[in-house]
Amino acid sequence: MTKVLIDLDQVGMTYEAASGPVEALAGITSAIGAGEFVSLVGPSGCGKSTLLRIVAGLRPATSGTVAVSGRAVTQPIPDIGMVFQAPILLKWRSILENVLLPAELAGKDAKALRPRAEQLLEMAGLGGFGPKLPRELSGGMQQRAALCRALLLDPPLLLMDEPFGALDAMTRDDMALELLRIWGEKDLAQEARKTVLFVTHSIPEAVFLSDRVLVMSARPGRIAADLRIDLPRPRTVELRASEAFGKLTLEIFRALTGRTEGAAGTA
Amino acid sequence: MTKFSSLSRQYWPTIALFAFLLACWQLAVSLGGIREYLLPSPLSVWNALWHSEIGWSQHLWTTTIEIIGAFLLAAVVGVALGVAIAWSPLIANALVPFLVFVNTLPKVAIAPLFLIWMGYGIFPNMLMGALIGFFPVVINTAVGLSQVEADMLDLGRVFNAPKWKIFAKIRIPNALPYILSALKITATAAVVGAIVGEFVASQKGLGYVITTTQSSMNTAVAFAALIWISIVGLLLYGAVVLLAQLWAPWAEGVD
Repeated sequence: MTKVLIDLDQVGMTYEAASGPVEALAGITSAIGAGEFVSLVGPSGCGKSTLLRIVAGLRPATSGTVAVSGRAVTQPIPDIGMVFQAPILLKWRSILENVLLPAELAGKDAKALRPRAEQLLEMAGLGGFGPKLPRELSGGMQQRAALCRALLLDPPLLLMDEPFGALDAMTRDDMALELLRIWGEKDLAQEARKTVLFVTHSIPEAVFLSDRVLVMSARPGRIAADLRIDLPRPRTVELRASEAFGKLTLEIFRALTGRTEGAAGTA
Repeated sequence: MTKFSSLSRQYWPTIALFAFLLACWQLAVSLGGIREYLLPSPLSVWNALWHSEIGWSQHLWTTTIEIIGAFLLAAVVGVALGVAIAWSPLIANALVPFLVFVNTLPKVAIAPLFLIWMGYGIFPNMLMGALIGFFPVVINTAVGLSQVEADMLDLGRVFNAPKWKIFAKIRIPNALPYILSALKITATAAVVGAIVGEFVASQKGLGYVITTTQSSMNTAVAFAALIWISIVGLLLYGAVVLLAQLWAPWAEGVD
C-alpha cells in the first residue's frame, strides 16, 4: 500500500440518548492509503455516516484516535470535500455560485477560482448550466454540481455519504461511472488520485467503485470484514456481469449478513 | 394580448360580481328609500370621494405616513429581534417569553396609554401599527434562520467559516422568503394599527375623518374614507408582493 492518509486507531463513539448511553462505534482500526477508493457498507444505523463525520472532525470520537495526513483530527479539517445524500445546493444561488461557495466560506478568492469551477462543471457534463438555478436541474445533475463543489478546493480527501442514495437506479449507475471518470481512474496514477471514503447501502455499487470495501457490523459498528476488490480499472459496464464481480458481491453479502450459505439460504 | 385575455378571463367574475353588487346597492337606496345617513348610495360615496369639504389630501397623507412608518418600524425591529433570537440561545431564552406576552396583550387597549405618554401626533399611531405588526416578522425571521439543513451547516464548519459569514451567506438568504411572507401580514396590520391609533386620539388622518362623521352623520364621507384606507392598504400589500417576487424569486409557494 502507498502512504497512509487516514489512520483510524481503536475509534469508538458513544452518545447519550434518552434511554441511556448508546455505543454507535467500537474499536474501529484501519489505515486508508492515499489515492485509495474505500467504501463503507453496513446495515442502517451501524454508524457509517458517523464514522465519516468523525474523520471530517465534525463529531468527536469518544475513544481512540483519528489522524489524517499524519495530523490528529480534533476539529473540522479543511482539506476535505464532502458530498451528502441530498445535494443541499443553496436554492437562491446559481449552479456556478454554489460550486464557488467553499471558496467564500473558507475565505479564499472566489473570483480567482471561477475558471476552475467552470472547468469542473464542464468535466461533470454541466457545461452551460453554470448560470441556472438548482431547481432547473434534475436530481442527478444537482448531485454532480454538489460533487463539483466538493472538488473546488482540490482536497486530497473526498468524503461521500450515500451520494447516490436518492437517485433512481439508472441514474445511479451512470453516476458511478461518472464519478470514476472524474476521479481520474483512467488518466491519473493511483497516488495522484484523491482518496475517497464512500458510504453506501448498495453492495454492487461498493464493488463497482472501490479498491477496498470495509464491511461494518450492526450497532455498535465494528469492521467485520476488510475486502480488497482486485478488479481491473478502468471499470466498465460489462464488469458488472462478470463472474469475479458476482463472487465479490456475494462475499460481501455474506460478510454483511453473517450467512455462509449464500443469498438464497435461510439462517 | 394573450396575457391580457387570460387575465380578463380570470377576473371577469370578480368584476361582474362587484358591478352587480354596486347596482343592487344603488337600486336599493334610490328605490327603497333608505336614508342617506344610514346607507349612502354608491353615487354619493363617489361624490364624497372627490368633492368633499374634508380636504382628503392632508388626511390621506397623514395616514399613509403612519402606515408606511409602522410597516418599516415593524420590519426593521422584527428582523433585528429575529436575528438576535437565532444568533444566541441566551437572547432567545430572555426575549421569547417576553415577546409572546407582549403579543398576547390586546394592542387596542394600549392605545389610550400611548395618548397619555406621547400625546397626539403621527408617531404614537405609527407605533401602534408597528406593535400590531412586528410579531410575525420576529417569528418568521427566527424560523427562517434556523431552517437550514444540518449538512449545509457542516459544510460551513468544514471550512471554518465564521458565524457571521454563515448568517450572511446561508441563514439570512434562507430566511428571506419567510420574512417576506410575514411582511404581507405586517402590511395589513400596519393599516389596522394606524387607524386604531387615529380612532383613539388624532386631529388628522382617515381614521379621524371616520370618527368625525359619527357626529355629523355624513355617512358618505365615512364610506369614502374606508375606500381611501383600503386603497392605501392594497398598494402597500401589492408593493410587498412585488418585493417578494424581486428579492426571492426562488421561493415561489413558500407561503
